[in-house]
Amino acid sequence: MTIEEVRQIILNILADIAPDEDISSIDDNTKLRDQIDLDSMDFLDIVMELRKRFNIEVPEKDYEHLATMAGCVSYLTPLLKDRPLAS
Amino acid sequence: MRYDTIVIGAGLSGLAAGIRLAMFDKKVCIVEKHVELGGLNSFYVRKNRTFDVGLHAMTNFTAKGVRSSPLGKLLKQLRFSHDDFRLCQQEMSEIRFPEKALRFTNDFEFLRQEVAEQFPNQIDGFNKLVEKILSFDELNLDDSVPLLSRPVLESFINDPVLIDMLFCPLMYYGNAREGDMDFYQFVIMFKSIFVEGFSKPQGGMHYILNLMAEKFKDLGGELKMGNGINTINAKQGTVYSVTLENEDELETETVLSSMGYVETLNRCNPEVAEVGVCETGQVSFMESLFVVDREPRDLGYDKSIVFFSTQPRFDYKVPGDLIDISSGVLCCSNNFKCPEPLEDGLIRLTNLASFGKWDRLPRKDYISAKKEWRARALEALFTFFPDFSENVVFLDSFTPKTIKKYTGHINGAVYGSPKKIKNGKTPVNNLFICGTDQGFLGIIGATLSGISMANLHLLK
Repeated sequence: MTIEEVRQIILNILADIAPDEDISSIDDNTKLRDQIDLDSMDFLDIVMELRKRFNIEVPEKDYEHLATMAGCVSYLTPLLKDRPLAS
Repeated sequence: MRYDTIVIGAGLSGLAAGIRLAMFDKKVCIVEKHVELGGLNSFYVRKNRTFDVGLHAMTNFTAKGVRSSPLGKLLKQLRFSHDDFRLCQQEMSEIRFPEKALRFTNDFEFLRQEVAEQFPNQIDGFNKLVEKILSFDELNLDDSVPLLSRPVLESFINDPVLIDMLFCPLMYYGNAREGDMDFYQFVIMFKSIFVEGFSKPQGGMHYILNLMAEKFKDLGGELKMGNGINTINAKQGTVYSVTLENEDELETETVLSSMGYVETLNRCNPEVAEVGVCETGQVSFMESLFVVDREPRDLGYDKSIVFFSTQPRFDYKVPGDLIDISSGVLCCSNNFKCPEPLEDGLIRLTNLASFGKWDRLPRKDYISAKKEWRARALEALFTFFPDFSENVVFLDSFTPKTIKKYTGHINGAVYGSPKKIKNGKTPVNNLFICGTDQGFLGIIGATLSGISMANLHLLK
């Protein structure tokens, strides 16, 4: 998966988690929770979606890497780089 | 085959938990003893009309786009859009006592203004109380020091009538305790009713329940209706299966039960020693539904919901008679901002009732007692409100006994036990509870209860 594809899968997850939010204008370097009002319950959903879709376990100590889109991409790209783009 | 979770009860908490679990590919089955969905918030059909049970209105209304409110959280967690719930807001509601009336809408400042006008020397205290309420963390799941509301209210407000008037809707819509209310429950109810507000789903409870059940099934969840739980089976203190009424045994890793705390422990095999010392709820209601031949507003009923007391002081307790006719709740489904008018005019009257008194009546007296007490309740109502008895085209009533029969809740206690199990744990490993006895009440509260217990115990 390319960096762009990783970014897209995160957008897909966010679109599923927050169906009423506009995610097209997300800024990669601003905290996600400040842009689309994510709380800790939603964060759990991102982590669980990653587990469900890609079998990736994000340990609690690494949650901080998922705070921004840029952080998500740099944390997840190494874990996903050998994967084909799946659903 | 072994399930990850068996959820007991297809009410709002059970369905919500089921959706969360199925969403993350857990093998989950919801088991419901009744043939209809909904539990304490259900519906029934008489003469081709569908009547909601439990639902007068949904509390906690917040507009589309508000994400941090209980409704916003619920929608996000279950992945519904605000539009999916088709919520129609209330027009105006009222708390009516003999000398005073306070009207309220979904704009909190309206109520603040009413208090200022009706109780000018209490408004400063009221404002300070509101500040305390807004800064209180009512959702903390830790069992902290118990704090009752009446002393807190008395420290801000010294007119007992205003205190009773504030209590009246909050107690009627979510208090399991007689006489007083836990302060965190008061805060939950105050925010959900006064600060947020009322709405009603277009299509009623039936619509919301089907929406949730369909989502659950689409996600791969299994739903067994008309087949209750006989026993919850444990080995060495840990759940391993449930046995249904038809004697099927379903193996499972975990059980999440919405049937009530004591009701759940009563089904445990082997027996759980703790059962004997648990407090059960006592508060229940009789409700009568009146279909009228015109819009309720044309009969002088223009409010969405009216909480009334015909006496200067309001007493929230199990009545000494079959029902207490001195206070009640009136609800007119027609007086919500629906896109299309409802087919029928509908007025509902709810009064506090005694399960024990109803339960002890022989069958033949039960039917006549329903008629008699419905007539008495109307008589008391008509000393306060316009008479609509000439306009009734259909009527029906249910009692605490009816509630017990269909929901299995001890004493027909619609708000469960006064002692809530906030963390959802039981003495049996991997057996958890959600719903009425866990601590969040009302339709939104019950749904959030299912979500939060699933998140806390079954998804991590």
